[in-house]
Amino acid sequence: MMVTAFLASMLFVLGTGVTSASAEGEGLQGTLINQNQPVAGVTIKVSGQDGQLIDQTKSGADGKWSVGVPKAGTYKVDLDVATLPQGVVLLNNRPSLNLQVFEGSVRTALFPLGAAATGNEKADDGSPGTLGRVLDLAYTGIHIGLMIALAALGLSLIFGTMGLTNFAHGELITFGAMMAFIFNVFVGLPVWVAGVIAVILGGAFGWIQDRFFWGWLRQRRTGLIGMMIISIGLALTLRYVSLYWFRGETRQYSEYVAQPGIDLGLIDVAPKNLVMDAIAIIVLVGVSASLVMTRLGKATRAVSTNPSLAAASGINVDAIIRLVWTIGGALAALSGVMLGVFQGINYQMGFQILLLVFAAVTLGGLGTAFGALLGSLVIGLATQLSTLWIPTELKNVGALAVLIIVILFRPQGILGRRERIG
Amino acid sequence: MINWDVIFSVSLESLVGATTIVYALAAIGLNVHFGYAGLLNFGQSAFLGVAAYGMAITVSTFDLPFWLGILVGLAATVVLALLLGIPTLRLRADYLAIVTIAAAEIVRLLFRSVSLSEWTGGSDGLQSFSQSFYDLNPYSGGISTTLISFSARELWIITVGWIVVALALFIVWLLMRSPWGRVIKAIREDEDAVRSLGKSVFAYKMQALILGGVLGSFGGYIFALSLAAIQPDTYGTEFTFYMYTIVILGGAARVLGPVVGSMIFWLLLTFINALLPALVSAGTIPTSIMTTNQAGAVGYILVGVGLILLLIFRPQGIFGDKKEVMLDAR
Repeated sequence: MMVTAFLASMLFVLGTGVTSASAEGEGLQGTLINQNQPVAGVTIKVSGQDGQLIDQTKSGADGKWSVGVPKAGTYKVDLDVATLPQGVVLLNNRPSLNLQVFEGSVRTALFPLGAAATGNEKADDGSPGTLGRVLDLAYTGIHIGLMIALAALGLSLIFGTMGLTNFAHGELITFGAMMAFIFNVFVGLPVWVAGVIAVILGGAFGWIQDRFFWGWLRQRRTGLIGMMIISIGLALTLRYVSLYWFRGETRQYSEYVAQPGIDLGLIDVAPKNLVMDAIAIIVLVGVSASLVMTRLGKATRAVSTNPSLAAASGINVDAIIRLVWTIGGALAALSGVMLGVFQGINYQMGFQILLLVFAAVTLGGLGTAFGALLGSLVIGLATQLSTLWIPTELKNVGALAVLIIVILFRPQGILGRRERIG
Repeated sequence: MINWDVIFSVSLESLVGATTIVYALAAIGLNVHFGYAGLLNFGQSAFLGVAAYGMAITVSTFDLPFWLGILVGLAATVVLALLLGIPTLRLRADYLAIVTIAAAEIVRLLFRSVSLSEWTGGSDGLQSFSQSFYDLNPYSGGISTTLISFSARELWIITVGWIVVALALFIVWLLMRSPWGRVIKAIREDEDAVRSLGKSVFAYKMQALILGGVLGSFGGYIFALSLAAIQPDTYGTEFTFYMYTIVILGGAARVLGPVVGSMIFWLLLTFINALLPALVSAGTIPTSIMTTNQAGAVGYILVGVGLILLLIFRPQGIFGDKKEVMLDAR
């Protein structure tokens, strides 16, 4: 009894939609996804061990398919490769799987899909592909790097000024994406207007968090480790509030979902991505320039370097930290909107990218704003370009491994100050 | 109509059940890291994961004996501790937190990757490795009273589990009142002072990391055996966050803290997770406010809020000493 209850709750966490089929008995199911986009209309056949066809189905608009089977046992699942959309291939080249279905459970069949390499090359031959593919990955890497950078800059400024490793920063990203979703889909505004509103609300959310929560904790003199664990609690709370409200599925904005790419010589890029890159670069340069040139920016850097000395020289440390939270919230919201346009919105999106943001910040050197920018590009490129050698599903492993290796040899990060940190 | 009997019996069963044992063992290990040594290990789920997978792969994939599987799992835990500790133990606390959480994600992604699924079963995980364990079961039947009922299998895993918990507590109690334990606690309070006394802080931290990992690994075994299956996504970061909540709830740096924390945590969470869907089904909570699916999220929201409130208002938990848990990284 208890174990079942626990299992049920675990399955809930994973968001693996054990759907209606589980209520009826044994079955097979799966979701076909190519680069975060569902693949519809692919034929899947399920046959018994005697080779007799039991049922066949097509993947739905959300890429999901499921087939009920009469009883537990071993079944053969065939994916009809001919029905895959053009340019999409089965990465492991195994269109036929023999799977054991256990009593009372729905087994998930995995068909990893990916883009076919250009020039009729096999996608997984293990060697670097053509120049076009490298450039394509490099561009996507920079695009992801810019989204990471927007979030990382805020995280790094918050760490620098108040010393908090904010595990709830991912939820600021989700917040931005979801606010834009509300104003885009529910209210019906264009995505760019909804995005602007989301960024403003993100800044407000950051301000409110510091005004009513973190500022209060600072006054209570809560320890930094304590605050870090509190941020984990806050992240859990916000993430599951998002799940409560948004449900488990991934949804899209009403515009720019599948925009055709324009030919830029060697690579195809969707215009939406170029526009977002331009916005991200302008914002990042703007924030960085104001950090260097304005009085407030100088004050922020002074607080980062030494809060007590900054306070002694007449800088209002609390006001600076509140400003940093506001800017950090707005930047994270912008990152969330971009991420939402890029891969859709779900309640885990911020948490999933948070580790990459952490990796970027640590790589550049904790608390150094420019290090965070550099680290983000390195992480973005590392995740994408590593897929030339390792399977796409392991791309985050590549980026996180880069983090651990850099920490091993240069613990202060790429641009960090050399100081004793151990 | 709400079936109160079921809700109360499920909650009571969770007080001693396998899940409580798993989290108690994991938290006992984490308590050695976080409570006693002050190491912010956010990758404890990986220790349980490699132990469980070490055992399951040995038995299920390679058809080797169960006891060898346990040994392989233990070896894997020690190797993971070394791999994690060598680059990170010299670093400041917040770096350690980020790197351990990254390492735990790497481990989980590797477990679920399609390229290794020949051995690990990919995102489906592995089954059919627990037969030799249940063959040892001395109970012929389960027990069933008006309040609680356990099957013979559940009784066996609970018996073994609590014996392991008792042994783990005894080991921690002995070690922490030994000179070794005093050095560990001194490192938490002031590393430089310990270093100036000629102790190798790095070596002590590494020993603490290995000890906590090995204690936690038994939680991994009990987890895998109680479900008779392993699944990569159960070893995610939220697993570790729950353990932190349990350690802090019970009181960090207290021998019995993790066990009491785990019992209270699962009693409350099981109760809420059983009560809310029942209230929704009975129509007490209208479906416009909450559906049964959403009821699952409420449990997690409450864990998050609980963790925040605990750390703000009672960071020492139930048993702890406030002076021992007010750590500061900078």
